[in-house]
Amino acid sequence: MAKKSVWSDNRFWQRTAAWITGFASVLLIWLTFDTSAQISMGNDSDLKSGVTKRVPGPTVINYKITYEMNKKRQHEIPVIGGMNAEGTSAFQEKEKFFGRDDWSEEEATELLHLGKLGSQVKNCMNCHTLLGNGAYYAPDLTKAWLDPAWGPTGPMQALTGKSTKEEAMAEFLQNPSQYPTHARMMPNLGITAEEAKGLVAFLKHMSSIDTNGFPRNFGKIQGAVNGK
Amino acid sequence: MANSYLTSESKKLATWYFTVAATLFGAQLLFGLVAAIQYVIPGFLFEILDFSVARMLHINALVVWMVFAMFGAVYWLLPDETGIETVGIEVGKLLFWVFTAAVTVVVLVYLFIQVGPADATSIWFIHEGREYIEAPRWADIGITVVALGFVANLFMTGMKGNRSGIVTVLMADMIAFAGLYLTGMFYTDNITVDQFWWWWVIHLWVEATWEVYVGAIAAYGLITMIGAHRKVVEMWLWIEVTMLFGSGILGMGHHYFWIGTPEYWWEIGALFSALEPLPLVAMFIHVLYDWGKMQGEESAKGLDRSVITNKPAFTWFVLNAFGNFLGAGIWGFFHTLPQVNLYTHGTQFTSAHGHLAFFGAYATILIGMMYIAVQGKNGIKILNNSTSTIFATSMIVGGVVGMTVALTVAGYSDVIISRAQMGATWAGYFDAQATTWLTQGMVWRLIMGVITFVGFFFLAKDLLTIGKSNIHVR
Repeated sequence: MAKKSVWSDNRFWQRTAAWITGFASVLLIWLTFDTSAQISMGNDSDLKSGVTKRVPGPTVINYKITYEMNKKRQHEIPVIGGMNAEGTSAFQEKEKFFGRDDWSEEEATELLHLGKLGSQVKNCMNCHTLLGNGAYYAPDLTKAWLDPAWGPTGPMQALTGKSTKEEAMAEFLQNPSQYPTHARMMPNLGITAEEAKGLVAFLKHMSSIDTNGFPRNFGKIQGAVNGK
Repeated sequence: MANSYLTSESKKLATWYFTVAATLFGAQLLFGLVAAIQYVIPGFLFEILDFSVARMLHINALVVWMVFAMFGAVYWLLPDETGIETVGIEVGKLLFWVFTAAVTVVVLVYLFIQVGPADATSIWFIHEGREYIEAPRWADIGITVVALGFVANLFMTGMKGNRSGIVTVLMADMIAFAGLYLTGMFYTDNITVDQFWWWWVIHLWVEATWEVYVGAIAAYGLITMIGAHRKVVEMWLWIEVTMLFGSGILGMGHHYFWIGTPEYWWEIGALFSALEPLPLVAMFIHVLYDWGKMQGEESAKGLDRSVITNKPAFTWFVLNAFGNFLGAGIWGFFHTLPQVNLYTHGTQFTSAHGHLAFFGAYATILIGMMYIAVQGKNGIKILNNSTSTIFATSMIVGGVVGMTVALTVAGYSDVIISRAQMGATWAGYFDAQATTWLTQGMVWRLIMGVITFVGFFFLAKDLLTIGKSNIHVR
């Protein structure tokens, strides 16, 4: 019998499959450890001592958040509490959230917990996208907190009769079908006043997550050609 | 089961799984249709069966019918591959009823309770609100028990009987499939950590373990339907496993570009996910090559007859080879590089890819397995196409391809206007939704969805009646 080539040997390919799969799995697990450390949630002392976390602590709701182009990274990053000389978060400038900028770590954590739980229970993800994942029936919520529509120049504060962004959002969430913003309306999901507060805290917190520049140019372009 | 030629209990159980799978496939299309109508007529069933509920039912029915059909296909092929009756078949039957009852309860709760207060009870008993794996926590635990029972049966049978290459691959693959589900069963306030592990279930299912499963099923189909040589088929299978896991496991990086995870996932995700279409090309070539080879051997003998013993099933297997490559491979590659994905992430483009990929990679081959079961149950030597087969196949395939094209066109508008030009704001989003491309795209998607749905009725009719037809060789 002629000598068989290794390339047509099933055992060879079986071993190759096992080795490659094992190698890829080990690499994934190793990267998961590294990533997990980088995406763990920060806390209040990080914010107070100026430590930038990819996912800041819940008390980030006490701070002003913006989304600014960073020269070094060449894309936008969340800037918390005003910008420092390097173009990153200064953690100085506070912003009132439902009339207070002194939410304690316990209070803010509880509020974020209610909001994140609410985002799942109310099934936000099956109409909206969160961090770009979900359904495409309604706007992306990744940076919804920073959306000009809810700001002082946007239509939503006047429509809901509220004078701050968080109150306008909370009012809308409780009675969405009273404020028809589009033919495609948000249904009433039985969101209570407390749940709405939690959801807005969740949105504000999500806008402070470092998403590597996604979405690009958020809120920077007004009146571009829209191809209609 | 009257008039059944089946003597194997494992194969009988497989037909039960296929029956529930086909029913849930119908439910998937029905709720998809509701959601598609809502894109065109936004007031349709508003605050009765909202888009969020219809879509949750649409995508959950999709995942569950595929899991049912996957379990069914394994129970079907085990006696053929191992040469023995499946070990623990009575437990398998019990678990089938547990699974079916659990799914029924979950669907009824989705439909009639829909939403609860923001507390842990809702997560445990209504739904978890995490796309694709919305099932409430109690059902998660139930699904895990059922899946582990299934894996145990597969292992015990594989170890007792003849462990072929196909069975070996399935054993390794199905234990990973069941184990990965556990990574999606916890709650965290950190949305980035939430989505990181959520992808361990979704991505490592559909872009790794499910694809390997399809490779194994395709191998079984080639051996049983065209008499392909086991040694060649199983060598291809190992090469496919190498390529699928080699690219798919780290290809998960393409979901970690924008969810708060570090930048190094850009490079890892781009490289490995760009390689993901390669095994799909290999699978496509493999199916067509083996078909040509076996037909050629037949011609060389001077015999002018087809080597295919099950025409409808083989059609669906070839559609799988092509659809997997096109839907998962090409439509996936379109938007897998970070510089493109920055704009396409979370748009109708993703939806276009999702439709063709799930259909091309999984629905096709699982429908093919249903036809193999019809053949076996009715003791048919060569199963031919009926008129309904032709209608079902062309309408379902035409409908899904049509939906994909419509959603791709809508996706361009979504990407360019909402993302590239308007920076993804609320206003930008609705500007894109109002464009002609998107609005007309949604109308075409609905029309194509109706065609798919009508095709489903031909398919159901065909699966129920084709076995009794006299067009076959018995």
